[in-house]
Amino acid sequence: MAGKLALGAQAVAVVAAGVAVAMAPNVLETFDLMQITLFAAMSVLSLSLAFIWGYGGILCFGQTAFFGLGGYAYAVAAIDYGDSTPAIGMAILVPALFALVLGYFIFYGRISDVYLGVITLTVTLILFNVVNSTSGEEYHIGQARLGGFNGMPSVPTFNMPFDPSNILSPEAAWQVTGFALLGVYLLLRILLVSPWGRVVVAVRENETRAALLGYDPRFVKLWTFVLGGAIAGLAGALYVNWGAFVGPTIFSLATASQIIIWITVGGLGTLLGPIVGCVLIQYLVTKIGSQQAFNSNLVLGAVLLGVVLLLPKGVVPSLSGLVQFGFNRLRGDGGVAAPTGQAAEAK
Amino acid sequence: MSALVPLLETKALTMRFGGVVANDCVDFKLGEMELRCLIGPNGAGKSTFFKMLTGQLTPTSGSIAFRGKPIAGAMSHEIARLGVGIKTQVPNVFNGLSVRENLWLSARRKGTGREGAKRVDEVLQRLRLTGIVGAIVGTLAHGQRQWVEIGTVLAGDPDLILLDEPAAGMTDEETVRTAEIIRDINQSRALVVVEHDMAFIRMIASRVTVFHQGRILMEDTFERVVADSRVRDIYLGKKVAA
Repeated sequence: MAGKLALGAQAVAVVAAGVAVAMAPNVLETFDLMQITLFAAMSVLSLSLAFIWGYGGILCFGQTAFFGLGGYAYAVAAIDYGDSTPAIGMAILVPALFALVLGYFIFYGRISDVYLGVITLTVTLILFNVVNSTSGEEYHIGQARLGGFNGMPSVPTFNMPFDPSNILSPEAAWQVTGFALLGVYLLLRILLVSPWGRVVVAVRENETRAALLGYDPRFVKLWTFVLGGAIAGLAGALYVNWGAFVGPTIFSLATASQIIIWITVGGLGTLLGPIVGCVLIQYLVTKIGSQQAFNSNLVLGAVLLGVVLLLPKGVVPSLSGLVQFGFNRLRGDGGVAAPTGQAAEAK
Repeated sequence: MSALVPLLETKALTMRFGGVVANDCVDFKLGEMELRCLIGPNGAGKSTFFKMLTGQLTPTSGSIAFRGKPIAGAMSHEIARLGVGIKTQVPNVFNGLSVRENLWLSARRKGTGREGAKRVDEVLQRLRLTGIVGAIVGTLAHGQRQWVEIGTVLAGDPDLILLDEPAAGMTDEETVRTAEIIRDINQSRALVVVEHDMAFIRMIASRVTVFHQGRILMEDTFERVVADSRVRDIYLGKKVAA
C-alpha cells in the first residue's frame, strides 16, 4: 500500500517536473534560465557519480575525466561536423569507451577501492595537464584546435537535429538540458528497480556473496562504471552547450572534488539528493560570488563540515526521514522513523 | 557412465601460506546426494578447504573436480554457476537488503522471474522466514541471519551445498531445526557440513571426515569416528577437557 502510494507520488512528481521544464521559459527571465540550465547540466554530472558511488559502491574521485572528455569530444565533433547531432553522440561514446578501457584494468586487475580513487583522480589530473599543454597550432583534430590552457572558444551550440542552420534558442537549450536531466533520472530509477540494478546494489552490499551466488563483480562494476562515464560525458556536452566554451579546468581538482561535495551534502545512496546538493551548492557559490564579505571556498567548507556533522546522511535522506517520522506520528503509530536511504556499506 | 564420476573429488590438494601449510595433500571424494560432515580442531584447514572448493583461494597445488570438470583456481562466480553453493563461516549476506531481496538475488540466477519468485517462496516457507521477509537483514539476530544465508544458498538451487558451521551461535531449539532442515535438503542434493558441535553431527548422522593439521586423519561413520582414540586425543579429548 505504502509502496504504491510512494510510486504514485513519484509519478506525479516526475510529471510535475516535466511540466516545470516545459513552462519555465514563460515564467523566468533569460538570465535565470541560463542559470538553471547550468544547474541542470551539472546535476546530470552529479547523477552520474551518484549512481556509480551511491549504488555501485565505486568511489570515482575523477568523474571529471569523463565529464571533460565529453565536453571536448562534443566541442571537437561540433566544429568538425558543423552539426551538434553527431557531436552529442560522440560526447557520450568517447567517455564511455574510455571508461570501458580504464575500468577493465581497474576492475579486472582487482585494484582495491582506495587505489581506484587515487587512479581516477590521477587520470583526470593527467588529462588536465595534457590538454593544458596543447596550445600550439599543431594540436588540432580536424578543423578543431584544442587551444591548450585557453580552451576552445565559440563552440557551436545545439541545433535542431540534423539541421545545423537552425540553432536552438536559450529557451530551447534549457528545455533540452532540463529534459535530459529528467531523462537520466528516470533511466537510473528504472534501471535500479530492474534485475540488473538490483545486482549492482547487491555487489555494493557484499562482493563476496555476489560472487558466491554466481555473479561476476568485476563485470557488474565495469558496466556500472561505463554507464557512469557515458552520463558524465552527456553532462559535458550540456555544459559546453551552455557556455559555448570548453577549457582544461573542466578536468581540474576543484571540479572533481565539487561533485563529491554535492553528493555528500545531498545524500549518498539517493538520486534526488545529489541533484538537490548540486543545485544548492551551485546557487550558494553564485550568490557568494556576487559579494565581497566572505570567501566562497570558506563558506563551502563550512557548509560541508556542517552537513557532515549534523546531517551525516545528507539533506534529502534526513528530510525524508523527518517526513516519514511525522507521517507515522500523524497516523498514531508513534513509531520511530523508518531507516531511510541505503544502509551504510557493510565493510 | 556418469555414475562412476564422483560429484566432487580433490587430489593431493595443497594450500600453503608462506611457510604455513593449511591443507596438505587432501584426497577427498563425495558422491551424488551424499551428506558428509567435516570435523577437526580450529586451524585444521576446514575453512581453507571450503575456500579452495569455492574459488576464494587458488590452491598451491593439487586438483579439484566437480562432476569430473576441473575447477581448481576457477573464479568464485564460475564455480557457483556450476551448481556449488556455500554458507561461509562468517555470515556473508547482503546486510542492507531485505530477506526476500537476498533470496531473490540468488534465485534469479537460475530460471525466469516467476520460477525464481516461486522458489523464493518455497524456501521462505521451509526455513520459516515468512514472518520477516521485509526485514533488513543487517538488523536481524545472528541465528536468523544464519538462516537467511542458508536460505540464500538454497534459493540458488545448487547441486552441492557447503555449510561452514551452520549451527554456530544458534539456540538449542534452532540447532535442532537446522539439523532437520539439513536432512530435508539432503533428500534432493549433496551437502558437506563443517561443525564443531558433536550433538549436532549426531543429529545429522552421516559419514564424517576428520581434518587434523591440514590433512585428513580418518573418514568413517560417526560412531567409529567418536570411538577412535586418535580423534579423541586431538579433538574430542580437548573439548571435554576444556
